[in-house]
Amino acid sequence: MLSLTINDRTIEAEEGETILSAARRAGIEIPTLCAVKGLPPTGACRICVVEVAGFGGLVPSCSYPVAAGMKVQTHSPRALEARKTIVELLLADHPDDCLYCARNNACELQTLAQGLGIRQRRYRGTSLPIRLDVSSPGIIRDQAKCVLCGRCVAVCTQVVVNDVLEFGNRGAKAKIVCDADRPMGLSTCVQCGACVEACPVGALVFKEQMNCMPDGRMQTTRVTCPYCGVGCQIDMHHKDGKWIYSTATAANAEKQPNQGLLCVKGRFGLDFQNHEERLTTPMIRKDGALVAASWDEALDFAATRLGEVKAAHGPDAIGFLSSAKVTNEENFAMMRLARGVIGTNNLDHCARL
Amino acid sequence: MTNSLSEVAKSDVIFLIGSNTTWCHPVFGYLLKQAVRNRGAKLIVCDPRRIDLVEFADIWLQHRNGSDVALLSGLQHIIMREGWHASEYIAERTENFEEYRKSMEWFTPERVEELTGVPQDDLYAAAELFARGGRGAIYYCMGVTQHTHGVDNVKAVSNLSLITGNLGFEGGGVNPLRGQSNVQGACDMGCLPNVFTGYQPVTSPEVQDRFAKRWGSQPTAPKPGLTATAMIPASGDRIKALYIMGENPIVSDPNANHAEECLKKLDLLIVQDIFLTETAKLADVVLPAAAFAEKKGTYTNTERRVQLSRKAFEPPAGAREDCAIIADIATRLGAKDFPRTMAGLWQEIVELTPQYAGMTYERLEDCGLQWPCPTADHPGTPFLHKGKFARGKALLSPLTYRAPAEEPDAEFPIRLSTGRLLQHYHTGSMTRRAKVLDSLVPTGQVEISPADAQRLGVRTGDRVRVSTRRGSIVTFAQVVERVAEGAAFVPFHFQEASANRLTNDALDPVAAIPEYKVCAARLERVEI
Repeated sequence: MLSLTINDRTIEAEEGETILSAARRAGIEIPTLCAVKGLPPTGACRICVVEVAGFGGLVPSCSYPVAAGMKVQTHSPRALEARKTIVELLLADHPDDCLYCARNNACELQTLAQGLGIRQRRYRGTSLPIRLDVSSPGIIRDQAKCVLCGRCVAVCTQVVVNDVLEFGNRGAKAKIVCDADRPMGLSTCVQCGACVEACPVGALVFKEQMNCMPDGRMQTTRVTCPYCGVGCQIDMHHKDGKWIYSTATAANAEKQPNQGLLCVKGRFGLDFQNHEERLTTPMIRKDGALVAASWDEALDFAATRLGEVKAAHGPDAIGFLSSAKVTNEENFAMMRLARGVIGTNNLDHCARL
Repeated sequence: MTNSLSEVAKSDVIFLIGSNTTWCHPVFGYLLKQAVRNRGAKLIVCDPRRIDLVEFADIWLQHRNGSDVALLSGLQHIIMREGWHASEYIAERTENFEEYRKSMEWFTPERVEELTGVPQDDLYAAAELFARGGRGAIYYCMGVTQHTHGVDNVKAVSNLSLITGNLGFEGGGVNPLRGQSNVQGACDMGCLPNVFTGYQPVTSPEVQDRFAKRWGSQPTAPKPGLTATAMIPASGDRIKALYIMGENPIVSDPNANHAEECLKKLDLLIVQDIFLTETAKLADVVLPAAAFAEKKGTYTNTERRVQLSRKAFEPPAGAREDCAIIADIATRLGAKDFPRTMAGLWQEIVELTPQYAGMTYERLEDCGLQWPCPTADHPGTPFLHKGKFARGKALLSPLTYRAPAEEPDAEFPIRLSTGRLLQHYHTGSMTRRAKVLDSLVPTGQVEISPADAQRLGVRTGDRVRVSTRRGSIVTFAQVVERVAEGAAFVPFHFQEASANRLTNDALDPVAAIPEYKVCAARLERVEI
């Protein structure tokens, strides 16, 4: 351990730790656009520059290691001025359509610009003639909004390790590409959506977000993914009883089994609940066909017939198939019905299938 | 799983067999790939198909479907012959070593190469890497279990972990990746023919007493009931009525043509589901249920972590929570005080299940708890068998090789396997009604090798008839390098081209699991 001062506070830090990491641990916020928690720094965006006493230039706090006795100012006038200029340069070719952007009010660039007091466009850059990439079923890419922070590339290659997104071209023509610059829908992308969650701006958004701008009726509920056994924790965003989009649970993400990640099924596969073919009325077979019945009729029918079969053939003439899709509580209820009410051990579920 | 998912970051060597992890457990696949790429863990992949993880593997053993016991035992034969086994650990923590060791003598590298198709050099390299490469974890999935010798496969996996001293440590273990959101929980809750909750056997009079007393009911017969794979063929015979909740056996069960005929013979079929599945269409009474986000309750994941899932919105008008439906039927059948709510049922679970006894909804709020969690202050158990095995000493099982129930021949020359795709899930009743997933993969398919495709004159997208002794389907060809020549793979999500009209309903004699992973098939081009 060593100690340094950040904004005149004495802070303990580990040898080799970055200034950013030590500051964050001490509750001092330094803005960044390119840093991804848990990954090595890229130093790409320079937003996190800070002033270190005795140094000629500003240093990027995300990639500069702490040293004993170092004196850091994170919000000195010089650091703030540099940060402001960097953001102004990012805004130079950024579209002005915030009002129509799915990330409006949840955009890190917007927040930075507001925080730094940017009120007008000082630089005007030439933007690339780029069309929306709507080729994939779940994700829209809008390269005009991309700030080239590289977070999407970092998560694609180092976190989900799918190796689809990469930097392409150089200089003013630099952009993020899928494979060798193919539309996302024709690339090897598996639509896990980790890049969308990583994107600080509206360059990557879920398609359904475009159809459902955030308003007071949007709600978020944490659920357990209904698919495989990993048990991913999902923050399900829904409105009026309908699934809109999914993000990986943010609370205690590193302790959850999915560590803040999802696959294509947890990401895009939850709308089956809202499908028009959902069963909404009990049915009883009459004259060979299933016809609608009231709940009382259906439950009476089921219970009476179960009772009759048990009376005629004994409890072991009845079998129960419970489900690996329902809760523990409901499986327990089925177990109690089979053993405690009917009195049979003919009870199983699809673990073998 | 004996260990936790996050522990993959603590392993030096990862041994993967019969799991196409990046498709079937994609998020764990990310963690596994991170371990290899970012931490330099070594990866051994055993799979007949060139799955995506082969690109990340240090060693790929492409064994023939169904030759797993030979492959795993062959590795153990080499490990013991070279003296790479963990003698101290074996002496301290296991029993039956001598008998086991003798049975391994048969599995010489020469014989194993012949049975598995894996070159002896690769067997040596994998054996040495796993035995001498540091802390080793084994992960497996249905590619190991869905065989007529599935139990032997699992024993072989367990033996391998034991003789290398890897069971009972962080970053080690024997880790079956469970395939469904609550398959672990359904087992924990005693939805199995032989056990009550927490694996308390029906054969124990004390256990029977405890449950009967709690419920005010009569004990059941002190012998196991029928498995799912036995109940369905017994339909109309020993079984007159079936109550099926949230399952679709007509698409998910082996030899589906036969399964359908069986269900039609029942006096009473009750199906409770969220959609009118192929199985529900045969029912005498259909009960509409609530879906996962329409209720609050717990699910137990593959690492034994009991997690709370919250209610987001109400079910569609007319559908009801499964627990309320079951309680209503139970009450009509005369049950007293049958709990109607999740919270009421949960209370009974923690009372009657020692592994869950220390859990409450409040304690599960943040990130769940891993069982066993016997008391209110117990932190849960990230990995099992630390210092001591539940049964005292671990049992090393002697094994012999058995071939799959059906192997390719002149009439059916293709070695057919079935399984999951990344984009779909089980019988497709959920994923095929999810817009994005359905648009990614709208139809069924059969993966065939370029060599077989050329012989048949088939290209990707052409129609192919796949036939076995049980049935035949017509589906689209996917010509891929992934499968070996002479092999084919059909995903089982598509009822119109149902893989299970092809699969063999031969069962493992102990676990009664069907042999989904290998049967003999024939491919023909279909002219349209």
